[in-house]
This record gives sequence, structure tokens and C-alpha cells, in this order.
Amino acid sequence: MSDLRRRDPRKEWIGRNRLHPQHLEVLAELGMGAASEWMGPNGVIRRNPHAVGFVGPNGLRRIDRSGAQQGVAGAGASTSVAVQKPRVEIDDPAFSVVVVPDMAGGRLSSHDRDLIGLARRLADVDSGTQGVVVAVIFGPHKEVNFGEAGIDRLLHLDSPEMAGYSPEARLVALTLVEQSWAPRHWLLPDSKLGGGELGRRLAARLGERPATGVWQVEADAELPSGWRCIARGAAESLDIQRPLPRVSLALAECAEPISETCHAAAELSLPQSLPSMLSRIDDLGQVPVDPSGVALSEAEFILSAGNGVKDWDGFHHAAEVLGATEGASRVAVDDGFMARDRQVGATGTWVSARVYVAVGISGAIQHLQGIQTCEKVVAINMDPGCDMIKRADLAVIGDSTRILEALVTLVKQAREEKRDAA
Amino acid sequence: MRPETSINPGLEVTVLVSIGRHPVTGRARRADQDARGVELARSLEGAEVQLLHAGEQAETSEAALRGYLGMGFSELSLLEQPQGADVVPALAEALDAAAPHLVITGERAERGEGSGLLPYLLAERLGWPLVSGLAAVEGVENGVATLLQALPRGQRRRLKVRLPAIVTVDGAAPAPRQSAYGPARRGTFEALAGPVCHDEEWAEWQVQPARKRPKRLKIVKAASARDRFKAAAAKAEGGGGQVLTDVTPEQGAEAILKLLREEEVLR
Repeated sequence: MSDLRRRDPRKEWIGRNRLHPQHLEVLAELGMGAASEWMGPNGVIRRNPHAVGFVGPNGLRRIDRSGAQQGVAGAGASTSVAVQKPRVEIDDPAFSVVVVPDMAGGRLSSHDRDLIGLARRLADVDSGTQGVVVAVIFGPHKEVNFGEAGIDRLLHLDSPEMAGYSPEARLVALTLVEQSWAPRHWLLPDSKLGGGELGRRLAARLGERPATGVWQVEADAELPSGWRCIARGAAESLDIQRPLPRVSLALAECAEPISETCHAAAELSLPQSLPSMLSRIDDLGQVPVDPSGVALSEAEFILSAGNGVKDWDGFHHAAEVLGATEGASRVAVDDGFMARDRQVGATGTWVSARVYVAVGISGAIQHLQGIQTCEKVVAINMDPGCDMIKRADLAVIGDSTRILEALVTLVKQAREEKRDAA
Repeated sequence: MRPETSINPGLEVTVLVSIGRHPVTGRARRADQDARGVELARSLEGAEVQLLHAGEQAETSEAALRGYLGMGFSELSLLEQPQGADVVPALAEALDAAAPHLVITGERAERGEGSGLLPYLLAERLGWPLVSGLAAVEGVENGVATLLQALPRGQRRRLKVRLPAIVTVDGAAPAPRQSAYGPARRGTFEALAGPVCHDEEWAEWQVQPARKRPKRLKIVKAASARDRFKAAAAKAEGGGGQVLTDVTPEQGAEAILKLLREEEVLR
């Protein structure tokens, strides 16, 4: 055999063509596989730029031509490190700003977070005399990140008389807070029930004239309090500029929520026990309402059907048993299975449900826009790769008819057990 | 469906009415929530309903007040107060003297400060319980009223409150009837005198027509240009969502039921 170098143009071509199915095999055969340099047929050094360099900290491939740095080639692009937020501890506060969040659904709402952001602005006005943000919450909750929301101290009142609709007991607790710590500012969300009502009761009890519907707060050195605010008045038709009073009821988006620091959220307790009092208002509990009578845009729990639903009677039955408002995707409406006013999405209704169950909906972008503000999304679908599964907090892959049937059976079982126990 | 009401002989109800403002034209009209309050009072069987307004008697406001008279009243009590006065002391005195069982008001005024504080201040002064955001009065028995409170998201809550009480009416209460022209013309105003207290703070504030609120911008806090680009261009990605594949329908249903229980949407 002569030692003449034999070239195989076809293999060389495959070696250059990265899209060829045999590309990798041929590269390995030619000895160009993992090597970044090899001798070309004409005696010229060839380099493969895809095989050199390293993946930098933000996931980009870097080639360091000086040769000083050699990263691990092919290190995974998943270099995202959970960023530790700087922790802020205020041990010796000069004053306090009390926030009473609504905790709708047991969690801090975005309105609550905006309010805490505003409270932080009021507390951090002067770096010499630091104030603390105290949050007063009533009843059981499901929130875990009070510290990251910007709360320094947390007063959690969880006695049975604070449960349900108990404005009088809560008012007594807040007056105790006032007596104990004499906060510089009281901030409450100006929401329909909860903060809006409690704040007005508190202001009336304390004899303060509150600012309601506050949407902007600015520093003003000329005023004794140091702050002035702009508040909405007269059915949203007036802007009232006035000094910021001690008690303020603020609208959503009154300030930016806290995102960069983490606070202590240390537990506080009242220095004295709550006086027992006779409530003049009895809460008899929520009344069951017809879920189909609730407007889709404000429904709390929506069971929504799409193209994947085959058993429509079963779907309607499931909605009835679960007590959910029915929704639909555009396809289900176009095919005549659901009414037009039930359509969820960009061309239909933008919903704000707390729990949205999508049955057989693959998740067109228009539909996903419509459910942007939903808190928890559950998807039941056959296709594990669809967009709705990516959006969902819980996705079950399977036949929607059988899953809904099983769900209905479970709910009925649980209800019967409850009835038997009672 | 009209809620069932028991017959209450001698149930005295006072409705506080104010002058509204049409949201588009800005003209004086019946205030929407107050009119709903009047309608609610009318639907109480056997109730003696009194209308009470505190304010000045002017040409423009008279037309609006006659709107309430047209809902089937022959008389409206008018506590005369100059413009820019604090009406709480006068109203408290009048209510204390009249001592009705139930006082119905709207949630907030459509003119002036519109802070919605008036019912709370009255309740504090009179020492009466207050219930806000009412959708219906279901009945009154033995000095205890059963009320239906409107919650957000179309929910309702049943409450019992001891009378006398102040209640505020929500937009979910039944829509007011149309005002009839003849009774509105025939109705009379009964002027009452009350203490006048000038509201000095209100005069000091700067008041201007509402500005449109700035829209909040989506701020992307990213360390590098690549992250910013990703945030701007990325499709919605769940991240952290739990995906159950290869499960029996029963297991899937159980997982869903657990989530529904956690969120407390099942009743």
C-alpha cells in the first residue's frame, strides 16, 4: 500500500455540512470529532470554532484567544443562580408605619404589595432615623414571603373572633395597636370590603380625617408631615392635593412594590390581650349563589372547555357539581357548544379568576392573554407539549372526560362524608 | 325575585339622599347608590320611609332632589346647610332626634370629597353598628335585621345586625325605579334647621379635575443585556408548574381536588 493520502470528497463534504444526518459519525471517522484543530489535506491547520471556547457565566460561548482562560467546554447553559437579595434588619426603629393588608384569598395581593412599597417609602425617608413597616393581618393565611414583600414586623391576629366578617373585633385590635406603638402612618388598601371599610372605621374611631383614594404620595419639605398626596374624590372625577394625613387609604399602583431587598418579618404580639366584646353584627356565612349568574369577568372559579372536550353533558355536570362558572375557548364557541358570552380570551372576556381550570384547551396566545391575571391555572389535556401546560400551575395529561368524571365522583364522595359526619 | 320580607309595623327607615353627578355630562341627578337605597327601603314591607338631605336648596339641586320624590314620596326633609359645610354634626343631631330603626345611605358621594366617611362618622357618633356594601335586606324581626352583603366576585354574605343600625348600599342592590314626574312636582320640602359647621380643611386643599393616572411600566430588572433580551422576547413559560403524566384519571382528579381545596373555591 502506498502512503499516499487518499481523500474522500464525499466524506469531507459531509464533515463540512453540519446538517447532514451522518455528520457526527463522519467527523469521528475523519478524526475531527471533538478535536478543535486538525491538519487539513493541504497541510494547513484547520480549526473548528464550534469545538473551542467555553460557556461564559451568562450562557454565551466565549473564545478566549489569549489562551489564559480555559472554561469547561460544553458546560450546561443552566447557570442561573438564585440571587440572594440583601437582607435588611432594623433593630432599633425610630417610628413605625402600619399596613393592614387585605390578604384576599390568604395571600398578599398586588394591591397589598403596592401598599407595602408605599409604606417602605414612608419608613425609609431618612437613613438616620429608620422606621419599620408593621403589617397587621387577621385570620389564617397562606403567604410565605412576607419578608420579601418588605415587611419588618408582622402582627398576626388569629383568634376565632377575628374570622369571617368581624369589623368590630378587628377595629378593637387596631385601636390596641394604636395605643401600643402610636404609629406615624396607617396605610390601608382602599378596596371594596376589607381595607376600605376597616380604614374608615379606624379613622372615625381615632378621630383622624383620612385621605381616601390616594394614588400618589410625594415628599414635600414645607409640610409638617413631610409628605403630600393626591387623592381621588367625587366618584373619581376630582384630584385632591392635600397633606398626607396619619390614616391613608390608597388605591392600587400607588407605589412600586418591593423587589430588591428582603426584610425580617419578625413576629410581633400585642402587649395586652384583647378585651372580649359583644359583637352587634353576626356573620351567618356566605350564601351559595348561582355560579352561572356571576359575570365571567369577575368569577372566582372558572371551568373552561375547549376543543378537547367531547362529552359536553359531563362537562356541564362537572361545572354544576364543582360550583364553577363555565367558560369556553373560541373553538368551542364557534362550534356552537357554548354561548358567545362565555368565551374567554382576547376577543371574548378577560377573566380574573383565582382558579381557572382549562379542560382540553391547548392555549392559543389570545386565550392565554385572556387568563393573564388568573392566579392558579389547572390544565387537563392530552397533549403534554401544548402552551397551556407551560402556563399551568398543575397539569394533568390524560383523557379529560374520565378525569372530570373522577373529579365529580371525588367531590360527591367528600360531600357525603361531610354530611354523614355532621 | 324580590327577597321575602316580613311585615314590620312601625319600622322607621331614614334614607340619606344626596345630589349626584352624571358621570358624562356632570349634571346634577339622583345619586345612583342613594337611589338604590331608596328602592331598597321601598321594598321593605310595612316600613315608614323618610328621606333626609343635608345641603343648600338651590335651583339645580332641587331638580335632583325631586327625582327622589318621584319614587313615591310626598315629602323630603331638608337640613339646610351652606355650601362647603360639614354636614355630619347636623345629620347626627337630626338622626338622634328622629331615632329611626334603620338608616340607609349610599357608599360615597358623587360630589365634593366623596370619601365615603359619612356613614362611619355617623355610626361612631351615634354608637350604632354599621354594615357596608349591602345588596338586600332579607327581613327585620324583633329588632334584628337580616342583611345580604355583596362581596367581590358576585358572592353574597348573610349578616344579622341589631337595630338601630346604619347600612350602606352597594351597586349590587336592586336598580332604582324610574322617577315619576307628577309626584316629583307635587312633593314638598320640609326645611329643618341644624347646626352649621364650616369645613375649613376642605377649603385649603387644591382640587382639580381628575388627571388620567399614568400607566405602570413593566420594569425588567436584569443584570445583563442577554437577560433583558430574553425577558422582552420570551414566550410565556410556566416554570415551576407541576405536570402529571402517566397517571390514572383518579390520581389526576385527586391532585386537582387538592389544589381546589387549598384555594378554598369548593363549597
